[in-house]
Amino acid sequence: MAGTYVLALDALETLFAALQRDGRRIVAPVAVGDRVDLRDVQRVADVSSGHVQSVMSAKDAVFPKVERLLSYTMTPGAVDLKDEPVRAVPTVVFGIRPCEAAAFAALDAVFNWDTRDKFFNERANQLAVIGVACTRADEACFCTSIGGGPDDTRGSDILLTPAGDGYVVHVLTEKGEAIRALAPAVFAVPAGAPPATGRLADVPQVFDHAALTAKLPGMFDHDEWVAQSLRCVGCGACAFVCPTCVCFDIQEEADPKQGQRLRCWDSCGSRMFTLHASGHNPRSKQSQRWRQRVYHKFSYYPDRYNMLGCVGCGKCTRACPVDMNLREHLVHATEVVL
Amino acid sequence: MNPIQQKARELMEAGTARVVIGHAAGTFGRRRPLVARSVRDLDAMVWDAACVTNLAGLLTKQEVRAAGPVAIVGGTAMLRSLLQLVAERQIRDGDVVALVSADGTPKVLDSVAAVEEHLALEPHGMPQADRDGIARLQAMSLQERWAWWQAELGRCMKCYACRQTCPMCYCPTCTMDVNRPQWVPVASHDLGNLEYHVVRAMHLAGRCVQCGECGTACPVGIPVHLLTMFAEESAARQFGQRAGHSAKLDYALSTFRPDDKETFIR
Repeated sequence: MAGTYVLALDALETLFAALQRDGRRIVAPVAVGDRVDLRDVQRVADVSSGHVQSVMSAKDAVFPKVERLLSYTMTPGAVDLKDEPVRAVPTVVFGIRPCEAAAFAALDAVFNWDTRDKFFNERANQLAVIGVACTRADEACFCTSIGGGPDDTRGSDILLTPAGDGYVVHVLTEKGEAIRALAPAVFAVPAGAPPATGRLADVPQVFDHAALTAKLPGMFDHDEWVAQSLRCVGCGACAFVCPTCVCFDIQEEADPKQGQRLRCWDSCGSRMFTLHASGHNPRSKQSQRWRQRVYHKFSYYPDRYNMLGCVGCGKCTRACPVDMNLREHLVHATEVVL
Repeated sequence: MNPIQQKARELMEAGTARVVIGHAAGTFGRRRPLVARSVRDLDAMVWDAACVTNLAGLLTKQEVRAAGPVAIVGGTAMLRSLLQLVAERQIRDGDVVALVSADGTPKVLDSVAAVEEHLALEPHGMPQADRDGIARLQAMSLQERWAWWQAELGRCMKCYACRQTCPMCYCPTCTMDVNRPQWVPVASHDLGNLEYHVVRAMHLAGRCVQCGECGTACPVGIPVHLLTMFAEESAARQFGQRAGHSAKLDYALSTFRPDDKETFIR
């Protein structure tokens, strides 16, 4: 199934047209002023290419910020309950970075942990990912410290790596193969060895994630978490831009006659996150909430799913109003002498 | 050791402050808040033209308060926040020491009177870019403006970075988080977003110190500060009051006067 091809830059338009003819929505990074958003696009010209990362992640494609799960109407003595159909549109996420593509596995781990979540799965089934390898990185990036890399193939159905005036293309999965079959002429078989790819982003490895995971259980009560988080204001920016943050809150919007049940993004940074109905809050301090964020990704995820809950994309760092630099804080955690 | 570190150190060693809030070097050459709990922590403190963030929001953070008397570094926006927080009984006069620049030299303002005196020398003004932003919105028709805000707020995900960085958003339980009853929808759908931002703007009318931290904090670039800045301008125009100009509470939207010129209120 896996195949290597070359794709000329101007052939991308043909690929987009083929995807659209097949009824697929294309979501891609788009430059809007200084910011890069993920938006529905029609043409290749709309797609940003020189950026490091979009602000938001593509998790929205499988885990929207608000999703209706069911609705109901009530009359005296009767409740008419309606399951919400999943409106999953065939979607291609084009041009996200390999770190972010790898993040879908962390969402999958939770949404298929016990109950198989039909909303997530139907959307995931309709989703294909065409990743683009990174030629640039910034101070927030740390993919190589958690086992990834600028041309990591995990999570992509097709990975494009810039090479000269086009791309070297790795078709990695059946979904990728199905896309190739939509426009086979676009995917040229290289005569001989594939062309050399351009210089990829240099992302130095700055900590050993296995050592961090091994160390965390022994530093739960360390002052480091307080020291790091004194400036944290407790918003949800980090969690909401994060491609792996999967926590949600179930909200009932109802009046005496009708109602709907919604699943909404939630954030462990929020004071309300673990506030019990009794009024007790096991994480009443911001430092405990910050620690939870780190432990969930680097201790509990490895424990439970044998993977990290972080891909090192650095979106949280870039979005944080008080510059909680995750890479820096993880390095500090590994350096703390116990 | 730069002059602000020196002054902060003196305050700590004298026991005047156990915590000093200032700026440190951050990612991408930017400045980040520093909450120093010891003289050693002060090593990271920087003091330069890039230190523009209003850090007063941290003054009411539970963990910072619990750590002891606080000194805070900043400029006009921080001082206005401080006065407004005293006016609103969130900080007692003298509980917080302000460290400001007086022609490049650190100056200690240890009382409301000192802050008011210092601020009297500072002209009030919104940044020109924000004046222009508001003017552009006012030039739109109601329909255009509605469509514009709907598009902007469509990106909102209710991360509450705007609320959490606002120096005047100190309520232990925000109305947004009250769930018995749930006044405002929690979900970040169109109605939930709109209600949140309208409530926020109204709640800050007459209380907004116009620092713009909310807009700077927004990860998706929604200029939410224009809402509160406009509300503040409107309150100032109609009631002749400005937030953060005095430590005396005279809040137009919650004060009843028997001689009010409006008849509906009597």
